[in-house]
Amino acid sequence: MTLPAVSESTFDQEVLGSELPVAVDFGADWCAPCRAVRPVLAELATRYEGRLRIVAVDTEAEPELVRRYGIVSIPTLYVFHSGELLRTIPGARTKLEYVDEFDAALVEAATL
Amino acid sequence: MTETPIRDIVIVGSGPAGYTAAVYAARAGLAPLVIAGSVTAGGALMNTTEVENFPGFPTGIMGPELMEAMQAQAEKFGAEVVWDDATEVQLDGPVKTVTTAGGEVVQARAVILATGSAYRQLGLDDETRLSGRGVSWCATCDGFFFRDQDILVIGGGDSAVEEATFLTRFGKSVTIVHRRDELRASKIMADRAKNDPKISFAWNSEVAAIHGEDKVSSVTLRDTVTGAEREVGATGVFVAIGHVPRTELLHGQVDLDENGYILVEGRSTRTNLPGVFACGDAVDHTYRQAITAAGSGCSAALDAQHYLAALADADPASPDQIPAAVDDLGDVTGRDAERAEVAGAVAEG
Repeated sequence: MTLPAVSESTFDQEVLGSELPVAVDFGADWCAPCRAVRPVLAELATRYEGRLRIVAVDTEAEPELVRRYGIVSIPTLYVFHSGELLRTIPGARTKLEYVDEFDAALVEAATL
Repeated sequence: MTETPIRDIVIVGSGPAGYTAAVYAARAGLAPLVIAGSVTAGGALMNTTEVENFPGFPTGIMGPELMEAMQAQAEKFGAEVVWDDATEVQLDGPVKTVTTAGGEVVQARAVILATGSAYRQLGLDDETRLSGRGVSWCATCDGFFFRDQDILVIGGGDSAVEEATFLTRFGKSVTIVHRRDELRASKIMADRAKNDPKISFAWNSEVAAIHGEDKVSSVTLRDTVTGAEREVGATGVFVAIGHVPRTELLHGQVDLDENGYILVEGRSTRTNLPGVFACGDAVDHTYRQAITAAGSGCSAALDAQHYLAALADADPASPDQIPAAVDDLGDVTGRDAERAEVAGAVAEG
């Protein structure tokens, strides 16, 4: 199970233009904690289907997105809604921690 | 919550200690369950690149590859691995329980704790504030983002030197900041660093503050001898000052020392609770190597095996009662008499 990938060319439409909130997983193949969280996020993508989308950005392939969002540490998740950055989730977290963060983000998104 | 039948043994943790315990327990026919963690699975070696000092690999092996091989070996003999986190344990009494994040309550007669360690932090507010924004604990993850920048690596042991060497691939300069005037690292690592033109050293130095609004811009270093402070330009700060035991889950359960390490009896892996054994970095604050962790994992499995056998011997009809004599596990390796003799001869001599 993999997360859908977004690139510089699809970012505006897929992420900023999305009706649902979107969590963007910035990572790279050579980063061990990034590889560790991917299956966890892929599972959560199914659990949150219809409420929150989770997508992946390959930081090695997307230097412009890295620069735009000032990424200096991976893995890091940026949660967007209605084109706005809701929250950032730096570092590898456990599944329960991601659930807490996503639930909180959804509450914030609902109040926007 | 779903409950499961009572197992012989559950292992919490999946580094070299956990997987070695799993190999031995599986080969003893104990069908161990390994609660490996969701994101921390594989332990500390998952974040390293080449491992050169684990015996058996003259050309080295990548950390994640070594852990994958250990996992495969454990599974080959019948260990079951679950990629979930333990969120709660109840270790008193003849039947222990370990609860996972997914809601499963695992019951077992014996538990091996192999929860390992986490990165030690400097303990500065700046460090927390700028974590992930220039302050990092994972050179292999984040080095990429510091191309042509001035990087500091805080620490003086093998980890710090390894990270500094790795970071020379990206950084313009790498400065090792150590609070003493000589490295703790092994001679081979220290020499490598000293001979690297990109690596310089800030001796007798500690981090007093890390500056920057939303990214690290500079660092104030304090001289550990004179107390004098100076500002150093750097946009990357990699902290490699050692580890702390990951034992938050165990407070109020097994005895821990004042630093949070699990206490074990002498050279065994026995904790203060019958049927509960501990190994690896969660116990060891002296050696902390993959190979010593692996060795202690083996010992834990043997201690656990002996405990379970004593349980069965004491009352085959109801193995869930802890017999009074179980604390004395006896001569596990059959060499106690020989050891006593040698100890006596040494004492006399």
